[in-house]
Amino acid sequence: MLKISNLHVTIAGEAILKGLDLEIAAGEVHAIMGPNGSGKSTLAAVLAGREGYEVTEGSIEYFGEDLAALEPEERAWRGVFLAFQYPVEIPGVTNLEFLRASVDALRAHRGEAATSAVDFMKLARATCKQVGLDTDFLKRGVNEGFSGGEKKRNELLQMLLLEPKLAVLDETDSGLDIDALGVVADGVNTLRSPERAIILITHYQRLLNHIVPDRVHVLSGGRIIRSGGKELALELEEKGYGWLTEAAA
Amino acid sequence: MSETANQKRDVDGDAAIGRHLEREYEAGWVTDIESDTLPPGLDEDVVRFISGKKNEPEWMLEWRLEAYRHWLTMDHPKWAHVHYPKIDFNAISYFSAPRSQEDRPKSLDEVDPELLRTYEKLGIPLHEQEMLAGVAVDAVFDSVSVATTFRSKLAESGVIFCSISEALQEYPELVRKYMGSVVPYRDNYFAALNSAVFSDGSFVYIPEGVRCPMELSTYFRINAENTGQFERTLIIAEEGSHVSYLEGCTAPQRDENQLHAAVVELVAHKDAKIKYSTVQNWYPGDSEGRGGIYNFVTKRGLCAGERSHISWTQVETGSAITWKYPSVILRGDDSVGEFYSVALARGRQQADTGTKMIHLGKNTRSTIISKGISAVRAENSYRGLVRISPTADGARNFTQCDSLLIGDQCGAHTFPYIESRNPTATVEHEATTSKVSDDQLFLCRQRGLDPEKAVSMIVNGFCKDVFRELPMEFAVEAGKLLEISLEGAVG
Repeated sequence: MLKISNLHVTIAGEAILKGLDLEIAAGEVHAIMGPNGSGKSTLAAVLAGREGYEVTEGSIEYFGEDLAALEPEERAWRGVFLAFQYPVEIPGVTNLEFLRASVDALRAHRGEAATSAVDFMKLARATCKQVGLDTDFLKRGVNEGFSGGEKKRNELLQMLLLEPKLAVLDETDSGLDIDALGVVADGVNTLRSPERAIILITHYQRLLNHIVPDRVHVLSGGRIIRSGGKELALELEEKGYGWLTEAAA
Repeated sequence: MSETANQKRDVDGDAAIGRHLEREYEAGWVTDIESDTLPPGLDEDVVRFISGKKNEPEWMLEWRLEAYRHWLTMDHPKWAHVHYPKIDFNAISYFSAPRSQEDRPKSLDEVDPELLRTYEKLGIPLHEQEMLAGVAVDAVFDSVSVATTFRSKLAESGVIFCSISEALQEYPELVRKYMGSVVPYRDNYFAALNSAVFSDGSFVYIPEGVRCPMELSTYFRINAENTGQFERTLIIAEEGSHVSYLEGCTAPQRDENQLHAAVVELVAHKDAKIKYSTVQNWYPGDSEGRGGIYNFVTKRGLCAGERSHISWTQVETGSAITWKYPSVILRGDDSVGEFYSVALARGRQQADTGTKMIHLGKNTRSTIISKGISAVRAENSYRGLVRISPTADGARNFTQCDSLLIGDQCGAHTFPYIESRNPTATVEHEATTSKVSDDQLFLCRQRGLDPEKAVSMIVNGFCKDVFRELPMEFAVEAGKLLEISLEGAVG
């Protein structure tokens, strides 16, 4: 599904990713870990198409298509979803209208009719319950005045409604209490399916107790320096990153 | 206490947001109707001609002449944060009426079909409105009302809704009593000019205890070439009455600047409520700002009686220059004044708009919610005055001014003046400046919304507090207007 080869990315001239390789098949969950400043969030942003991130070398192939050549919304239409590390507020735009506009935008590009207001409301309410958000949040402005945990649940809500093919979760677990962590994990596990791939960017092994990844990668200095199974995360938990980064240097 | 603040914020350049903003004005066409137009120029004879043409009573002519003579002694105001070449008042024609004016149509069937087609292009077919919308329309085409509907239904409840010209014939004493009582001709330069040469406008009278059975609506349209428009609107709500009045307009494309200097006066007696809503979309000029409408308007309401209530809601998206401060004089004890405004300026538009709340009575309350949106190279200023007089014990004001910037070369300015001369008064002012951020835009696009839809959604969200004050059919129109205005604002 996703094949990243020798990816080099600069931000304002500064090289952040320096030859990253990563291949993910449909149905897989990959965790990407690594020290601060190693380029994890850059990878997420580049996959989603954020402006200001320049691919200087290498390629990102998504279902055989050059992902880097697409606008952010075009990637969304093709099923790429990014759960933001720091979700922004959009005051005055209700969550419900935002969610429905998103869902309808994606449906339109699949040649499907727009959702009916009533059906969508029912679906949105049910999904709210699933992620542990009161349905009042549908009436509030997007992320407006939400706590950190509520914002993350809201990202999850969007993900479940949009049913992406490739979901990238950028530190969705950070700043969450144990209960919220469980909800996020349940949400992700619900999405797991043979057609979907999920990339979990995280600092902590604890998320991986709930979502068991197929592969774990360590990103450092803009490259993946070690890949392994779920046991790699446990090893990192125990030893930190030092032994790997020193070895890589 | 007096306070001024001036903010100018250049925001980070995102070319993303600058690219799409060039867009042709949608309602740009000229209807081919022969006009009975006065040659350009202004003197006492012109004032006499206008008054005579309308067969006005002598006192009306005298008042016009007094206003004209006073206007000659005044100077063009310079305090607003807008820039434009000096206006040559002798290059303007002060009277233009559709041909059919002498023989007024008795019903829509008699209205010039060309006129009706113009309205249909604007999406306001009168026939449908009569039947479907339940809205009575006093349509102003150039300077003369050409169609008035629902007259009989309104008459059943005693409501008078007609043109000022007609009111001068049929209800001269009412007009005489109230005209100039809220906005005297001495008030300001443009009010004086309007008083001298006003062409036509609407007159509304709601008798005591009557709740007007429908929203009253006027659509304005500037049409004849090089003709100034000087509307005059007068609304009187007697004790315990209610009325909601809608005003909306678009204009065809022009090469020359067109001056529009309207005066609107509202009088709310004891326990009366007037809600006045405006959606304004006049031609803003081309991408260099050429040819747009100059909109210099004086709007003021008087809360004359106890517990009276006047509410102004405006959505301003058009005009090259907007100079407009709908105000409320809170004279009756416990009276309420409100001002809800969205002003969008893009391209090279300049908007200097806001309100004045003059608290005279005890326990008077006012609320000001102003949303200014600037895009491309536009300049958008909020200018507001809250004055609490020594007699206004327990007066309260709440003001919120929010500015939203789209792109990196536009400006947002806030000039709030607060004068409190009563220690028991409470005055609150909040102001924010923000921009449509790259983060917001990216979030929307990541969720599958194209940039235009994203900006439109963000801006509509920003304006929500004001839109919810609009009558339902207008709120939809306002949202659509904003969307049309912003098309091409982002890339």
